[in-house]
Amino acid sequence: MMDGDQSPRGYEDALTGEQRIRNFNINFGPQHPAAHGVLRLVLELDGEIVERCDPHIGLLHRGTEKLMESRTYLQNLPYLDRLDYVAPMNQEHAWCLAIERLTGIEVPRRAQLIRVLFCEIGRILSHLLNVTTQAMDVGALTPPLWGFEEREKLMVFYERACGARLHAAYFRPGGVHQDLTPELLDDIEAWCESFPAVMSDIDGLLTENRIFKQRNVDICVVSEDEVMEWGMSGVMARGSGLAWDLRRAQPYECYDEFDFLIPTGKNGDCYDRYLVRMEEMRQSVRIMQQAIEKLRAPEGQGDILARGKVTPPKRTDMKTSMEALIHHFKLYTEGFHVPAGEVYAAVEAPKGEFGVYMVSDGTNKPYRAKLRAPGYLHLQAMDHVTKGHQLADVAAIIGTLDVVFGEIDR
Amino acid sequence: MTEQLQELAAHIELRQGDLVSSHAITLDELTLEATASDIPALIDFLKTDEQCRFASLVDITAIDYPGDERRFCVVYHFLSMYRNQRIRVKTYVREEEIVPSITGIHPSANWFEREVFDMFGVLFSGHPDLRRILTDYGFRGYPLRKDFPTTGYTEVRYDEVQKRVVYEPVSLTQEYRQFDFMSPWEGAEYVLPGDEKGEAK
Repeated sequence: MMDGDQSPRGYEDALTGEQRIRNFNINFGPQHPAAHGVLRLVLELDGEIVERCDPHIGLLHRGTEKLMESRTYLQNLPYLDRLDYVAPMNQEHAWCLAIERLTGIEVPRRAQLIRVLFCEIGRILSHLLNVTTQAMDVGALTPPLWGFEEREKLMVFYERACGARLHAAYFRPGGVHQDLTPELLDDIEAWCESFPAVMSDIDGLLTENRIFKQRNVDICVVSEDEVMEWGMSGVMARGSGLAWDLRRAQPYECYDEFDFLIPTGKNGDCYDRYLVRMEEMRQSVRIMQQAIEKLRAPEGQGDILARGKVTPPKRTDMKTSMEALIHHFKLYTEGFHVPAGEVYAAVEAPKGEFGVYMVSDGTNKPYRAKLRAPGYLHLQAMDHVTKGHQLADVAAIIGTLDVVFGEIDR
Repeated sequence: MTEQLQELAAHIELRQGDLVSSHAITLDELTLEATASDIPALIDFLKTDEQCRFASLVDITAIDYPGDERRFCVVYHFLSMYRNQRIRVKTYVREEEIVPSITGIHPSANWFEREVFDMFGVLFSGHPDLRRILTDYGFRGYPLRKDFPTTGYTEVRYDEVQKRVVYEPVSLTQEYRQFDFMSPWEGAEYVLPGDEKGEAK
């Protein structure tokens, strides 16, 4: 008799209690430390093997899209920070690009360079968090402590640029809110020089670590077809060998001027994605160094906002010009009007393609704004990729998918 | 960019002209319009055709136009990593109309269709598991419809006496304020509060 064979062929009474096996359903989360936020998984287990995985999301749903419909374009900007809260400025970027494309604003060069600089800081912020907490999920405690120290330094740069460590609201339609001081640029450059040493420390802790490799190699293998089928983007696609990066494929801002490489994986497993993230951080440092150099060059000087109806007037103008004062008042109360139309603007956020689909009806508020989060699709593939893995691998898979519930639940 | 899109539009028009009711290129984006029943055939064509290869689904969402006969506009976005192009497909449906699901063509449509159902109440036929996704267990109503109030209808709190979370109708200590900063000189097509007499002129 086969183990677990329960076909009704007349020998049921011969089954011992041990053979009457049924699958076991367990709840994973929403308060589990490896769930990276408020994720509830209903797992159906056959022994230790996952047979079915049903993610229950929405525990952090705040109705961002609904709220956006009753606020002006500028008032909506800070909501974008609260989506993927580990790399806030990358989200703001997509929102600003959508408005700029609808209104046809050209962003000044200095603002573009500042945006690139801070987007790359955001990428490092996100990857540092992901790589090190991934290590924590599989049993190492030191990497997050080291990684968070560097994140802290980067958040100080955020704070020095805009006054907020996390919820920056720094990118504005038409440019960025404030100019950077030369001292801040010097300090970011000094950080860029010291960071590779930290990278090689983390690298030394993890890359050839026996336990880390045992827990990550050949786990959650994603093929090219699966990338297409499940709409994956970002590191999830690059880890499987697809050299797809929106910064290169559909360049926005001035990314086409920068010299950087796009790392790809070979096997599409958790370990390859870890390696891709590590290399992307090194490339981001390269981009940051180039951006700082360009910001110091004479072409990189100038205004940081495209002066016009969507951006505030200069403070000095407001002291002398009545029109500037009225403009300032109207901008921050009524807000600017965006021509009717629809646009989809996407950026390469650290987690993948983050997009804003904006429908404008010509008033000062978006008629409909849809935020397309990369994590939403990655988590959706959870059932598909966890099938057949052990329960302990679920934590490693959640880590590698790089989910943040701010953007998934919206 | 626009030339490539025109070529693509002409190609789709040539091959599947009867499925597409109209197409337009605005802001460097190609938008196709189709009737709801033609959606699966069109999307399957876009995915498999050599010239298109829109293999990854980017997004599905809906827009609510209350008052229109065909109230909801379901919007699909696709990306072709092979051809480096994007496309948008739209279909307008009536409130009670059912849209065929595309989960058979793109498995990733599953959660997007659940979200559209959750937020707008648009039904999809052939969907394997059309449950609510983002809202609370046992939620009622469709939040992203324009006639759904931003505050919602119920609120929750932990009750010390009953030792559990209780649901109650929303009670606001102050009226929910919809700020309206439209300039009275341009665009405002209503009687300003306090200016009712001005209308008599």
